[in-house]
Amino acid sequence: MIDRIRALLEQQPMISVDFNTITDDTNLYDAGLTSFATVQVMLALEEEFNIEFPEAMLTRRTFSSLANVADAVSRLTQRAA
Amino acid sequence: MDAKTFDAKSLLDTLFDKSILFKTGVDGLYGRSGVFEDVIERFERLVTSIGAPDKATRIHFPPGMSRATLEGSGYMKSFPQLAGCVHSFMGGEREHAQLLGMMAAGEDWTELQQATNVVLTPAACYPLYPTVAARGPVPDDGVLFELSSYCFRHEPSKDPARMQLFRMREFVRIGTAEQVCAFRESWLERGKAMIESLDLPCEVDLANDPFFGRGGKMMANNQRDEGLKFELLIPVTSIEKPTACLSFNYHRDHFGQTWGLKFADGSLCHSACVGFGLERVALALFRHHGPEVEAWPASVRDTLWGN
Ligand SMILES: [Zn+2]
Repeated sequence: MIDRIRALLEQQPMISVDFNTITDDTNLYDAGLTSFATVQVMLALEEEFNIEFPEAMLTRRTFSSLANVADAVSRLTQRAA
Repeated sequence: MDAKTFDAKSLLDTLFDKSILFKTGVDGLYGRSGVFEDVIERFERLVTSIGAPDKATRIHFPPGMSRATLEGSGYMKSFPQLAGCVHSFMGGEREHAQLLGMMAAGEDWTELQQATNVVLTPAACYPLYPTVAARGPVPDDGVLFELSSYCFRHEPSKDPARMQLFRMREFVRIGTAEQVCAFRESWLERGKAMIESLDLPCEVDLANDPFFGRGGKMMANNQRDEGLKFELLIPVTSIEKPTACLSFNYHRDHFGQTWGLKFADGSLCHSACVGFGLERVALALFRHHGPEVEAWPASVRDTLWGN
């Protein structure tokens, strides 16, 4: 799951984060993720995994690391299944 | 006051009946009477006198600003739904005839217009940042400006407190994080005291901007989590949902990064602004003290007209 997310985010032109240098727990905001790019992350994840983030999950914390993103996505895909 | 009649409609109807505001045919665009303008002028004078010890530099920008500046500010990322871009006819005689023909036929003639380099100013401080950046490095003790401008937001509404064209007076501090936060703190106190001196009920609360879409929900959550925006709220058209009449905004280094606002040593400047919604404060005064300004409480009259 994390590798799929990593590969997906690497392809996004709006996200100027160097994924070679970050671990699953690196803070993506410290690595240069902007709030506007976070929106692009959210939209890309929703399309890739056929999920929809509820408003309560639209927080900085949800997108602050690859591990957190994977956690959120797996909760939402389980819900959808 | 009776909660049933404390709504947008009753206030707007009263202001029309008393010829304080005048209809124009568009919700959110109103003519203002001399009395209404006098209240606004007096309130602006009060704001300026309270801010006077800080020795701000005053700049008045027009209600239209550079489209390139708005584009560069990132406004369209956050508030595309509120922006207004000025369009004009730039065709020749043939297109002119076409335009008149379409108009006469009741067709949509506006497609014959093109975007100009002018957009309507969405907040008084937007034209300021590139102006300051163009002057070179910001001095070590920062800079402070006092601005006033008509602003536009495309949100047609019958709530008189939500006009499409309204005036905003602002103080904008550009400096270090400590300098701009101290500035915001001082206005949180001074702003509340000022509104209380006008005998208006108010409370200060954490707030967020109306960012566009679901992504905007996330930006709004972040803004709240980080305590970047506070508003001073006064009941104007609803008791349960009081109106934001003053706002206290900390931008961190957003505009510093966007416009390259830096100190001489190259470090990025932070910024904060305090905005006074002039029509909203005037509406709050008319709502709470009545349509006849001569009948307002003596202390309020003295605060506004006393000097
Ligand atoms: Zn501002």
